[in-house]
Amino acid sequence: MMARLLKSREALLAGAIALLLALVSWRFPGFVAPENLARIFNDTAILIILALGQTAVILTRCIDLSMAANLALCGMVAAMLNAAAPGIPVGALLALAILTGAALGAINGALVWQLGIPPIVVTLGTLTIYRGLIFVLSGGEWVNAHQMSEPFKDFARAELLGLPVLSWIAFLVVAAMAVLMTRAPLGRAFYAVGGNPTAAIYAGIDVGRTRFAAFTLAGAIAGLSGYLWVSRYAVAYVDIAAGFELDIIAACVIGGISIAGGIGSVGGAVLGALFLGLIKNALPVVNVSPFWQLAISGTAIIIAVVANARAEGRARRIILRKAEVLA
Amino acid sequence: MLHAPSTSIRAKTPLLTLSGISKGFPGVRALAGVALEIFPGEVTALIGENGAGKSTLVKILTGIYQPDAGTIRLGGAEVSFRAAHDAAAAGITAIHQETVLFDELSVAENIFLGHAPRSRFGLIDWPAMRRNAAALLDRIGARIAPETRLRDLGLASRHLVAIARALSVEARIVIMDEPTASLSHKEIAELYELIERLKAEGKAILFISHKFEEIFRISDRYCVFRDGECVGGGMTAETDHNELVRLMVGRSVDQIFPKTAAEIGAPVLSVSGYSHPTEFEDIGFELRRGEILGFYGLIGAGRSEIMQALFGITRASSGTLRIDGKAARIRTPAEAIAQGIVYVPEERGQQGTIAGLPIFQNITLPSLAKTSRAGFIRLAEEFALAREYTARLNLRAAALDRDVGTLSGGNQQKVVIAKWLATRPKIIILDEPTKGVDIGSKAAIHAFMSELAARGLSIIMVSSEIPEILGMSDRVIVMREGRIVASLPREGLGAEMLVRAAAGIREAA
Amino acid sequence: MSSAKRTPMVIPDRLESRFAAGLKSWEMLLIAVALAVFAVNALASPHFLNPWNLSDATFNFTEKAMIAMAMALLIIAGEIDLSVAAIIALASTAMGLALQFGADTPVLVLTGLATGLLCGAFNGLLVSGFALPSIVVTIGTMSLFRGIAYIILGDQAFTGYPSEFAYFGQGYAWWVFSFELALFAAIALAFGILLHATSFGRLVYAIGNNPTGALFSGIRVARVKFILFLLTGLMSGIAAICLTSRLGSTRPSIALGWELEVVTMVVLGGVSILGGSGSILGVVIAAFIMGMVTFGFGLVNVPGIVMSIFIGLLLIAVIAAPILWRRLRGEGFA
Repeated sequence: MMARLLKSREALLAGAIALLLALVSWRFPGFVAPENLARIFNDTAILIILALGQTAVILTRCIDLSMAANLALCGMVAAMLNAAAPGIPVGALLALAILTGAALGAINGALVWQLGIPPIVVTLGTLTIYRGLIFVLSGGEWVNAHQMSEPFKDFARAELLGLPVLSWIAFLVVAAMAVLMTRAPLGRAFYAVGGNPTAAIYAGIDVGRTRFAAFTLAGAIAGLSGYLWVSRYAVAYVDIAAGFELDIIAACVIGGISIAGGIGSVGGAVLGALFLGLIKNALPVVNVSPFWQLAISGTAIIIAVVANARAEGRARRIILRKAEVLA
Repeated sequence: MLHAPSTSIRAKTPLLTLSGISKGFPGVRALAGVALEIFPGEVTALIGENGAGKSTLVKILTGIYQPDAGTIRLGGAEVSFRAAHDAAAAGITAIHQETVLFDELSVAENIFLGHAPRSRFGLIDWPAMRRNAAALLDRIGARIAPETRLRDLGLASRHLVAIARALSVEARIVIMDEPTASLSHKEIAELYELIERLKAEGKAILFISHKFEEIFRISDRYCVFRDGECVGGGMTAETDHNELVRLMVGRSVDQIFPKTAAEIGAPVLSVSGYSHPTEFEDIGFELRRGEILGFYGLIGAGRSEIMQALFGITRASSGTLRIDGKAARIRTPAEAIAQGIVYVPEERGQQGTIAGLPIFQNITLPSLAKTSRAGFIRLAEEFALAREYTARLNLRAAALDRDVGTLSGGNQQKVVIAKWLATRPKIIILDEPTKGVDIGSKAAIHAFMSELAARGLSIIMVSSEIPEILGMSDRVIVMREGRIVASLPREGLGAEMLVRAAAGIREAA
Repeated sequence: MSSAKRTPMVIPDRLESRFAAGLKSWEMLLIAVALAVFAVNALASPHFLNPWNLSDATFNFTEKAMIAMAMALLIIAGEIDLSVAAIIALASTAMGLALQFGADTPVLVLTGLATGLLCGAFNGLLVSGFALPSIVVTIGTMSLFRGIAYIILGDQAFTGYPSEFAYFGQGYAWWVFSFELALFAAIALAFGILLHATSFGRLVYAIGNNPTGALFSGIRVARVKFILFLLTGLMSGIAAICLTSRLGSTRPSIALGWELEVVTMVVLGGVSILGGSGSILGVVIAAFIMGMVTFGFGLVNVPGIVMSIFIGLLLIAVIAAPILWRRLRGEGFA
């Protein structure tokens, strides 16, 4: 049991996070104060949500590089609509952002499913297309805070039982994804398709359709995050979340989601995102220039990849009985 | 078991009727107008050599492949399976030859993936799934905990999981594609019992095998496949070994295995104390000039693993190797090739040929140093080398610049052998050299092996086909669970001896 | 049976001449696209056909195209390097740092090349030494390399490069032909020969088509991959020298996002992202197409980001077109 726990990627990562917290709080006890931890969680909420969408895609042996561009496009659509017609209720805008995101994700999924184009090429293409469309829509203009309605800006920042709505939404998404990934047939199909596509076909699972579902889900999550992003920061422009697609993938990789598909968990992705969020928030506290953050997350990714490869190993064919007893 | 064949044929109506089923792949005609009937409460054995089309038929019956032509009738009504779940819904389940399962998932989920028990809201009911899995595993006599991750299991246990999976659906027809290939004696006995129970429940069983012993032991009917056709069938009780062999090969055994006597010379390779942490232990043998040394054993006995260590793909943890009497070390395939050892792998598509590259480039790949000057390739010399060796092997192809992937299995195997002969080796290791190879190419490969041995090449042949081992080997080494259990000379060698040694059964008094 | 053995079949080397096969190739399609883009540009703007304008246009792509040459080999071998732009940033920063210690132009160049090689070796070591997936490794090193540039520079910039250093990015080799263009031509020729005429190039194709099969054929797969990462690092170092020289300054955000443009260029050039096929000629033509499209849009005042939509669509369209074409002709999904 102990050995299993030690081997668990999630446990190792949780240990690393605890160590990080302990080290920082040793010199700066205020860092682990509940309010500060809640603030860090809220600051990382969008990354957590996005990492869960990416997890679904990576589990099926695909990758979505267009999530950040999708987010920015949906955020811009919501912000422009709000600026043009402040009367539209926030709920409707939220639903619209999610639907737009799902549609953009479905385009990725359809290209992968129906045309068999490698996911990295598809999403590399749609990444530039979606980003470009924001410019076409907005004409390069910003939507600033004063153009947005109060309810639009307040939604993510409003507090409920002492936590911002943004944090609650993250909790909700984590819970929903946890149920989907462990208990729903679709979630298990993600694992099956990524773990062994041939065996998935034999088990009656449609590989293409499952991947399409994963991309659509990731798109919907990007759409949701798009609204949350512009609401929280009260600004929308072409370059919001530029390059964030790599942070999302970094969170997944650090969280032990295998890029080869079929391995990973919701808990891992959440921890991976939290690890990045903690580093980002700890650096200024320990008086290290924020310019260190990129190199640190890069190092974390490399260490995580090496560690994951060790843990996954290659399933060896074990022939000698003696060895099988030992194993 | 006594049969009254003539009455049972008339009394029963078939549950499944196939007629005119055909299926082709680029370069191969896998099935050509297959007709077959399967009856409830009976075991129908499907017999045939590797590459006769048996596995393709299984894939059609389970909805993995769609036939190019022909009809499938289930209980009188015509059906078509567009995907695996269609066949499963129609009550057809299968134990596939290769275990197609999920390494990272638990045993329970491997058994129930796709049809897991559901709780409210349509969510997967894990406790029920584990309970059902435990019950199923118990039923087939497998002692495996349902929570175990599949990757932690050995080959035989995985196969038992595959059997449990096949039985987890409510099926009327159970297809078993060589289910005993990797099982131990005890596990096979338990499987036979299970088959009897399934028969008693009225299920129709399609049992695919090329082991005669088990066909006569458990089947009621048989159907012999050759070159994608059903060439004969009837009641098992009314036939015998000789007729089945005649049907399977269309000619007698000595003609297929034309091993000619070759002069056996001095030892070329001697291996002693060769061990690997998990795959094999204390392997020692000697290979002589002009000799064909057969390696027999059950699937998973460690034969391929030894060969891959000799070829430098994996490394042995201890032991010594002498080539032509001199101590040698092999750490990479390149070093093996330099020492004159080459390896024709079992997994032809994955390890043998490089699909996507033309035939001539496949052949010259390990000999590029010969066909280039200062690193620059000489195309004319490449083609010349490829022409020379394809002619020697009597390759059939449209042109040498065609993608090797467009060739039939047998011709692809010839390309792999040609590739290695072009390096002028001393020792050639052939791992299941005729697996998935059509009859014609098979005979050509066997004839060519004899010719090579006669010219002084030393050959190690790993094979699971007893006729091939008996026909081709000068000497046979039998392996079981990673160890050598017998080394038998050609004279007086019989199938019985091989099977007993491989399965670890003591000689009957 | 025996009669078949007596009559060995004579297998021809080729069914059609290399010329005939060449006419049906991807490269011919790309040349047609390039000509079309050229014609549209010439019609759309009277300034396009001016030799100096055309020469200016080449600066749009030469640096990226140099990296694309090495990236093409890497992708054909079934790997990828997403850290190339970050290597530029780190190499440029290293040169800036060397400048602070009073380095002259030769030392600056050596610094840039050495940094590129070191970064490539690091990637190669991780990918071939530890057998890790290159896509995640290089996403990691991409953050690491650029991160180091940020640690060194923060929001500052290195400027004040010596005047003779400016030649690499601003100088002309002959008439309207810039040094960069000449260098790119030489690099493209070298890579074309390496990939298409040497046994090393053959190994690259073999590994890309079937890495296991290549290993079982005695190819030192890990070593070939390591060399390819080294080459990609070296090309990134060269690109860093040219770009730094052209801009005359180093910021940590230099060449941001270039990795995706380089990969797009390679894929547009007909290199299969799954590995195993592609040619240097295709990538060179693709580089010219992308450069001319950027330049043409610029001439008619279309912003760069709109151009990126076009590139994105082009990337998907060129891959989807043959698939759709096959399906329309009823060849199924194979």
